[in-house]
Amino acid sequence: MSETKKFMYVNRKAPYGTIYAWESLEVVLIGAAFEQDVSVAFIDDGVFQLTKDQDTKEAGMKNFSPTYSALGDYEIKKIYVEKESLEERGLSLDDLQHLTWEDEDEDYAEKDLIQLVTRAEMADILAGQDVLFNF
Amino acid sequence: MKLTIQVNEGPYQHQASDSAYWFTKTALEKGHEIFRVFFYHDGVNNGTRLTTPPQDDRNIVKRWSELGEQHSLDLVVCVAAAQRRGVVDEGEAKRNGKDATNIAPGFRISGLGQLVEGAIQSDRLVVFGD
Amino acid sequence: MSILHVVNKSPYERNSLDTCAAYVKSGDAVLLIEDGVYAAIKAGAAAGKLAGLGEVCALAADLAARGIGEDKLADGVKVVDYAGFVDLVEATDKVQSWL
Repeated sequence: MSETKKFMYVNRKAPYGTIYAWESLEVVLIGAAFEQDVSVAFIDDGVFQLTKDQDTKEAGMKNFSPTYSALGDYEIKKIYVEKESLEERGLSLDDLQHLTWEDEDEDYAEKDLIQLVTRAEMADILAGQDVLFNF
Repeated sequence: MKLTIQVNEGPYQHQASDSAYWFTKTALEKGHEIFRVFFYHDGVNNGTRLTTPPQDDRNIVKRWSELGEQHSLDLVVCVAAAQRRGVVDEGEAKRNGKDATNIAPGFRISGLGQLVEGAIQSDRLVVFGD
Repeated sequence: MSILHVVNKSPYERNSLDTCAAYVKSGDAVLLIEDGVYAAIKAGAAAGKLAGLGEVCALAADLAARGIGEDKLADGVKVVDYAGFVDLVEATDKVQSWL
Protein backbone atom coordinates (compact mmCIF):
# COMPACT_ATOMS: atom_id res chain seq x y z
CA MET A 1 0.00 0.00 0.00
CA SER A 2 1.53 3.31 -1.03
CA GLU A 3 2.10 6.06 1.51
CA THR A 4 -0.70 8.56 2.06
CA LYS A 5 0.01 11.89 0.45
CA LYS A 6 -1.31 15.32 1.35
CA PHE A 7 -3.40 16.31 -1.66
CA MET A 8 -4.67 19.83 -2.13
CA TYR A 9 -7.16 20.78 -4.82
CA VAL A 10 -6.70 24.50 -5.48
CA ASN A 11 -9.73 26.38 -6.82
CA ARG A 12 -9.21 29.92 -8.08
CA LYS A 13 -11.91 30.35 -10.70
CA ALA A 14 -15.56 31.37 -10.54
CA PRO A 15 -18.29 28.88 -11.46
CA TYR A 16 -20.28 28.86 -14.72
CA GLY A 17 -18.15 31.32 -16.74
CA THR A 18 -15.83 28.38 -17.30
CA ILE A 19 -16.08 24.66 -16.53
CA TYR A 20 -13.05 24.45 -14.24
CA ALA A 21 -15.06 24.75 -11.03
CA TRP A 22 -17.33 21.82 -11.89
CA GLU A 23 -14.71 19.58 -13.44
CA SER A 24 -12.34 20.13 -10.51
CA LEU A 25 -15.12 19.10 -8.12
CA GLU A 26 -15.46 15.89 -10.14
CA VAL A 27 -11.78 15.15 -9.46
CA VAL A 28 -12.27 15.77 -5.74
CA LEU A 29 -15.19 13.33 -5.62
CA ILE A 30 -13.44 10.59 -7.59
CA GLY A 31 -10.22 11.21 -5.69
CA ALA A 32 -11.97 10.68 -2.36
CA ALA A 33 -11.96 6.94 -3.02
CA PHE A 34 -8.16 6.90 -2.98
CA GLU A 35 -7.99 7.68 0.76
CA GLN A 36 -5.32 10.34 0.65
CA ASP A 37 -5.09 13.26 3.09
CA VAL A 38 -7.29 15.69 1.15
CA SER A 39 -7.77 19.45 1.45
CA VAL A 40 -9.70 21.71 -0.87
CA ALA A 41 -8.72 25.38 -1.11
CA PHE A 42 -10.75 28.28 -2.45
CA ILE A 43 -8.68 31.34 -3.36
CA ASP A 44 -9.31 34.42 -5.57
CA ASP A 45 -12.50 33.95 -7.63
CA GLY A 46 -12.67 30.35 -6.43
CA VAL A 47 -14.55 31.62 -3.36
CA PHE A 48 -17.53 32.37 -5.62
CA GLN A 49 -18.01 28.63 -6.14
CA LEU A 50 -19.36 28.25 -2.61
CA THR A 51 -21.95 31.02 -2.56
CA LYS A 52 -25.59 30.31 -1.69
CA ASP A 53 -28.63 30.87 -3.89
CA GLN A 54 -27.18 29.90 -7.23
CA ASP A 55 -30.15 29.68 -9.65
CA THR A 56 -29.07 28.56 -13.09
CA LYS A 57 -32.50 27.99 -14.64
CA GLU A 58 -32.45 30.99 -16.95
CA ALA A 59 -28.80 30.51 -17.75
CA GLY A 60 -29.73 27.00 -18.91
CA MET A 61 -26.78 25.39 -17.17
CA LYS A 62 -26.67 22.65 -14.58
CA ASN A 63 -26.60 24.00 -11.05
CA PHE A 64 -23.85 21.92 -9.50
CA SER A 65 -23.60 23.92 -6.25
CA PRO A 66 -25.58 21.32 -4.26
CA THR A 67 -22.68 18.94 -4.86
CA TYR A 68 -20.49 20.86 -2.40
CA SER A 69 -22.73 19.71 0.45
CA ALA A 70 -21.83 16.11 -0.45
CA LEU A 71 -18.15 16.70 0.25
CA GLY A 72 -18.60 15.91 3.94
CA ASP A 73 -20.12 12.54 3.02
CA TYR A 74 -17.06 11.83 0.87
CA GLU A 75 -14.80 12.12 3.90
CA ILE A 76 -13.46 15.52 2.82
CA LYS A 77 -12.82 17.20 6.14
CA LYS A 78 -10.65 20.14 5.21
CA ILE A 79 -12.04 22.97 3.14
CA TYR A 80 -10.12 26.22 3.35
CA VAL A 81 -11.52 29.53 2.17
CA GLU A 82 -9.14 32.47 1.94
CA LYS A 83 -10.41 35.39 4.02
CA GLU A 84 -8.84 38.16 1.93
CA SER A 85 -10.30 36.74 -1.28
CA LEU A 86 -13.77 36.76 0.28
CA GLU A 87 -13.47 40.28 1.65
CA GLU A 88 -12.03 41.73 -1.57
CA ARG A 89 -15.13 40.40 -3.30
CA GLY A 90 -17.53 41.85 -0.75
CA LEU A 91 -18.42 38.49 0.73
CA SER A 92 -18.46 37.01 4.19
CA LEU A 93 -18.87 33.46 5.51
CA ASP A 94 -22.63 34.13 5.69
CA ASP A 95 -22.77 34.35 1.90
CA LEU A 96 -21.38 30.85 1.56
CA GLN A 97 -23.17 27.52 1.85
CA HIS A 98 -23.04 26.05 5.33
CA LEU A 99 -21.11 22.86 4.66
CA THR A 100 -20.81 20.23 7.36
CA TRP A 101 -19.37 16.80 7.99
CA GLU A 102 -20.27 14.16 10.57
CA ASP A 103 -17.48 13.21 12.95
CA GLU A 104 -17.90 9.48 13.58
CA ASP A 105 -15.33 9.76 16.36
CA GLU A 106 -17.68 12.09 18.22
CA ASP A 107 -20.97 10.27 17.86
CA TYR A 108 -21.53 11.68 14.34
CA ALA A 109 -21.62 15.23 15.68
CA GLU A 110 -22.14 17.69 12.84
CA LYS A 111 -19.17 20.00 12.37
CA ASP A 112 -18.47 22.98 10.15
CA LEU A 113 -16.50 21.98 7.10
CA ILE A 114 -15.36 25.40 5.90
CA GLN A 115 -12.37 26.90 7.65
CA LEU A 116 -11.78 30.57 7.02
CA VAL A 117 -8.04 31.21 6.88
CA THR A 118 -5.93 34.27 6.14
CA ARG A 119 -3.73 34.49 3.07
CA ALA A 120 -0.67 33.91 5.27
CA GLU A 121 -2.27 30.84 6.87
CA MET A 122 -3.30 29.50 3.46
CA ALA A 123 0.29 29.92 2.27
CA ASP A 124 1.47 27.79 5.21
CA ILE A 125 -1.16 25.16 4.45
CA LEU A 126 -0.15 25.06 0.78
CA ALA A 127 3.52 24.79 1.69
CA GLY A 128 2.77 21.71 3.79
CA GLN A 129 1.13 19.73 0.98
CA ASP A 130 2.68 16.96 -1.12
CA VAL A 131 0.64 17.44 -4.31
CA LEU A 132 -1.13 20.53 -5.65
CA PHE A 133 -3.88 20.19 -8.26
CA ASN A 134 -4.85 23.26 -10.29
CA PHE A 135 -7.57 23.64 -12.90
CA MET B 1 11.98 11.74 -11.04
CA LYS B 2 8.72 10.01 -11.86
CA LEU B 3 6.36 12.64 -13.32
CA THR B 4 2.67 12.91 -14.02
CA ILE B 5 1.73 15.71 -16.40
CA GLN B 6 -1.76 17.25 -16.49
CA VAL B 7 -2.84 19.11 -19.65
CA ASN B 8 -5.94 21.25 -19.17
CA GLU B 9 -6.28 22.88 -22.58
CA GLY B 10 -6.81 21.83 -26.17
CA PRO B 11 -4.39 22.17 -29.08
CA TYR B 12 -3.66 25.64 -30.49
CA GLN B 13 -6.22 27.58 -28.42
CA HIS B 14 -3.80 27.87 -25.51
CA GLN B 15 -0.07 27.28 -25.24
CA ALA B 16 -0.59 24.74 -22.47
CA SER B 17 -0.32 21.67 -24.69
CA ASP B 18 2.86 23.01 -26.32
CA SER B 19 4.47 23.79 -22.97
CA ALA B 20 3.49 20.38 -21.62
CA TYR B 21 4.91 18.68 -24.70
CA TRP B 22 8.31 20.39 -24.53
CA PHE B 23 8.52 19.84 -20.78
CA THR B 24 7.66 16.17 -21.16
CA LYS B 25 10.10 15.66 -24.06
CA THR B 26 12.91 17.40 -22.19
CA ALA B 27 12.26 15.45 -18.99
CA LEU B 28 12.50 12.20 -20.97
CA GLU B 29 15.74 13.34 -22.64
CA LYS B 30 17.17 14.03 -19.19
CA GLY B 31 16.37 10.46 -18.18
CA HIS B 32 13.29 11.09 -16.05
CA GLU B 33 10.27 8.82 -16.16
CA ILE B 34 6.86 10.02 -17.32
CA PHE B 35 4.32 7.94 -15.39
CA ARG B 36 1.36 9.40 -17.26
CA VAL B 37 0.20 12.40 -19.28
CA PHE B 38 -3.41 13.09 -18.34
CA PHE B 39 -5.57 15.26 -20.59
CA TYR B 40 -8.45 16.99 -18.79
CA HIS B 41 -11.01 19.74 -19.57
CA ASP B 42 -10.47 20.85 -23.19
CA GLY B 43 -7.16 19.02 -23.03
CA VAL B 44 -9.02 15.95 -24.30
CA ASN B 45 -9.04 17.61 -27.72
CA ASN B 46 -5.33 16.85 -27.98
CA GLY B 47 -6.48 13.26 -28.52
CA THR B 48 -8.55 13.55 -31.69
CA ARG B 49 -6.95 12.29 -34.91
CA LEU B 50 -9.16 14.45 -37.14
CA THR B 51 -7.16 17.66 -36.96
CA THR B 52 -5.62 19.10 -40.14
CA PRO B 53 -3.36 21.91 -39.01
CA PRO B 54 -1.64 24.09 -41.63
CA GLN B 55 1.44 22.44 -43.15
CA ASP B 56 3.74 25.21 -41.96
CA ASP B 57 2.80 24.88 -38.32
CA ARG B 58 3.35 22.18 -35.72
CA ASN B 59 1.00 19.21 -35.66
CA ILE B 60 0.21 19.04 -31.97
CA VAL B 61 -1.82 15.82 -31.99
CA LYS B 62 0.68 13.97 -34.15
CA ARG B 63 3.53 15.25 -32.01
CA TRP B 64 1.99 13.74 -28.87
CA SER B 65 1.23 10.46 -30.66
CA GLU B 66 4.83 10.24 -31.88
CA LEU B 67 6.35 11.09 -28.49
CA GLY B 68 3.98 8.58 -26.96
CA GLU B 69 5.09 5.86 -29.33
CA GLN B 70 8.79 6.69 -29.07
CA HIS B 71 8.77 6.46 -25.29
CA SER B 72 5.79 4.13 -24.66
CA LEU B 73 3.99 6.92 -22.84
CA ASP B 74 0.62 6.48 -21.19
CA LEU B 75 -1.43 9.28 -22.79
CA VAL B 76 -4.78 9.28 -21.06
CA VAL B 77 -7.84 11.29 -22.05
CA CYS B 78 -10.42 11.69 -19.28
CA VAL B 79 -13.61 9.81 -20.16
CA ALA B 80 -16.08 12.30 -18.62
CA ALA B 81 -14.38 15.29 -20.25
CA ALA B 82 -14.10 13.37 -23.54
CA GLN B 83 -17.79 12.46 -23.56
CA ARG B 84 -18.68 16.08 -23.04
CA ARG B 85 -16.45 17.23 -25.90
CA GLY B 86 -16.85 14.36 -28.37
CA VAL B 87 -13.57 12.49 -28.24
CA VAL B 88 -14.53 8.87 -28.86
CA ASP B 89 -12.88 5.46 -29.07
CA GLU B 90 -14.47 2.11 -30.02
CA GLY B 91 -15.65 1.34 -26.53
CA GLU B 92 -17.17 4.78 -26.00
CA ALA B 93 -18.84 4.70 -29.44
CA LYS B 94 -20.54 1.40 -28.59
CA ARG B 95 -21.48 2.53 -25.08
CA ASN B 96 -22.95 5.84 -26.17
CA GLY B 97 -24.39 4.95 -29.59
CA LYS B 98 -21.99 7.02 -31.67
CA ASP B 99 -21.44 6.21 -35.34
CA ALA B 100 -17.77 7.17 -35.42
CA THR B 101 -14.57 7.23 -33.42
CA ASN B 102 -11.85 9.86 -33.52
CA ILE B 103 -9.27 8.94 -30.89
CA ALA B 104 -5.70 9.59 -32.04
CA PRO B 105 -3.04 6.86 -32.07
CA GLY B 106 -1.34 6.32 -28.76
CA PHE B 107 -4.08 7.86 -26.63
CA ARG B 108 -6.52 5.93 -24.47
CA ILE B 109 -9.72 7.03 -22.76
CA SER B 110 -10.01 6.34 -19.05
CA GLY B 111 -11.35 7.69 -15.78
CA LEU B 112 -10.29 10.52 -13.49
CA GLY B 113 -8.90 7.89 -11.16
CA GLN B 114 -5.93 7.71 -13.55
CA LEU B 115 -5.02 11.30 -12.71
CA VAL B 116 -5.33 10.68 -8.99
CA GLU B 117 -3.33 7.45 -9.26
CA GLY B 118 -0.68 9.30 -11.25
CA ALA B 119 -0.37 11.89 -8.51
CA ILE B 120 -0.05 9.19 -5.87
CA GLN B 121 2.54 7.13 -7.77
CA SER B 122 4.67 10.01 -9.10
CA ASP B 123 7.24 12.21 -7.42
CA ARG B 124 5.80 15.32 -9.03
CA LEU B 125 2.54 16.45 -10.65
CA VAL B 126 3.04 19.25 -13.19
CA VAL B 127 -0.10 21.03 -14.41
CA PHE B 128 -0.29 23.00 -17.66
CA GLY B 129 -3.43 25.06 -18.25
CA ASP B 130 -4.93 28.46 -18.65
CA MET C 1 8.67 21.98 1.81
CA SER C 2 9.61 24.15 -1.16
CA ILE C 3 7.36 25.09 -4.04
CA LEU C 4 8.10 25.88 -7.69
CA HIS C 5 5.54 28.57 -8.49
CA VAL C 6 4.78 28.59 -12.23
CA VAL C 7 3.04 31.69 -13.59
CA ASN C 8 1.84 31.42 -17.18
CA LYS C 9 -0.43 34.44 -17.62
CA SER C 10 0.46 38.06 -18.19
CA PRO C 11 0.30 40.20 -15.02
CA TYR C 12 -1.58 42.77 -17.06
CA GLU C 13 -4.31 40.27 -17.95
CA ARG C 14 -4.74 38.29 -14.74
CA ASN C 15 -3.98 38.52 -11.02
CA SER C 16 -2.11 35.21 -10.92
CA LEU C 17 1.29 36.84 -10.31
CA ASP C 18 -0.15 38.97 -7.48
CA THR C 19 -1.68 35.96 -5.75
CA CYS C 20 1.49 33.95 -6.36
CA ALA C 21 3.60 36.68 -4.79
CA ALA C 22 1.59 36.44 -1.56
CA TYR C 23 2.35 32.72 -1.38
CA VAL C 24 6.09 32.66 -2.12
CA LYS C 25 8.27 31.63 0.81
CA SER C 26 11.99 31.52 1.37
CA GLY C 27 13.43 28.51 -0.46
CA ASP C 28 10.77 28.57 -3.19
CA ALA C 29 11.40 29.45 -6.83
CA VAL C 30 9.22 31.31 -9.31
CA LEU C 31 9.20 30.42 -13.00
CA LEU C 32 7.53 32.61 -15.61
CA ILE C 33 6.39 30.76 -18.72
CA GLU C 34 4.11 31.49 -21.69
CA ASP C 35 2.51 34.94 -21.29
CA GLY C 36 3.83 35.04 -17.72
CA VAL C 37 7.20 36.18 -19.10
CA TYR C 38 5.76 39.65 -19.75
CA ALA C 39 6.15 40.27 -16.02
CA ALA C 40 9.91 40.18 -16.51
CA ILE C 41 10.07 43.26 -18.73
CA LYS C 42 12.15 45.75 -16.74
CA ALA C 43 10.26 48.82 -17.90
CA GLY C 44 6.85 47.29 -17.12
CA ALA C 45 4.77 48.15 -14.08
CA ALA C 46 4.76 44.49 -13.02
CA ALA C 47 8.55 44.19 -12.81
CA GLY C 48 8.50 45.70 -9.35
CA LYS C 49 6.45 42.74 -8.11
CA LEU C 50 9.35 40.36 -8.82
CA ALA C 51 11.74 41.94 -6.36
CA GLY C 52 11.54 40.15 -3.04
CA LEU C 53 10.30 36.91 -4.59
CA GLY C 54 13.69 35.27 -4.29
CA GLU C 55 14.71 33.15 -7.27
CA VAL C 56 12.76 34.30 -10.34
CA CYS C 57 13.34 32.56 -13.65
CA ALA C 58 11.85 33.09 -17.10
CA LEU C 59 11.64 30.51 -19.85
CA ALA C 60 13.96 31.35 -22.73
CA ALA C 61 11.74 29.97 -25.49
CA ASP C 62 8.77 32.07 -24.35
CA LEU C 63 10.86 35.25 -24.03
CA ALA C 64 12.25 34.75 -27.52
CA ALA C 65 8.82 34.01 -29.00
CA ARG C 66 7.59 37.32 -27.64
CA GLY C 67 10.62 39.29 -28.78
CA ILE C 68 11.78 40.08 -25.25
CA GLY C 69 15.56 40.39 -25.43
CA GLU C 70 17.78 39.80 -22.39
CA ASP C 71 18.56 43.53 -22.36
CA LYS C 72 14.89 44.21 -21.62
CA LEU C 73 14.72 41.94 -18.56
CA ALA C 74 14.31 43.11 -14.98
CA ASP C 75 17.45 42.74 -12.87
CA GLY C 76 17.84 39.40 -11.22
CA VAL C 77 15.58 37.44 -13.56
CA LYS C 78 17.38 34.26 -14.57
CA VAL C 79 16.73 32.91 -18.07
CA VAL C 80 16.31 29.13 -18.17
CA ASP C 81 15.56 26.65 -20.94
CA TYR C 82 13.24 23.62 -20.69
CA ALA C 83 16.10 21.61 -19.18
CA GLY C 84 16.32 24.28 -16.50
CA PHE C 85 12.53 24.04 -16.03
CA VAL C 86 12.85 20.29 -15.43
CA ASP C 87 15.72 20.91 -12.99
CA LEU C 88 13.60 23.43 -11.07
CA VAL C 89 10.83 20.85 -10.72
CA GLU C 90 13.38 18.39 -9.35
CA ALA C 91 15.01 20.90 -7.01
CA THR C 92 11.73 21.87 -5.32
CA ASP C 93 9.24 19.57 -3.60
CA LYS C 94 6.13 20.35 -5.58
CA VAL C 95 4.75 22.58 -8.34
CA GLN C 96 2.00 25.18 -7.94
CA SER C 97 0.65 26.29 -11.32
CA TRP C 98 -0.90 29.72 -10.86
CA LEU C 99 -3.20 29.46 -13.91
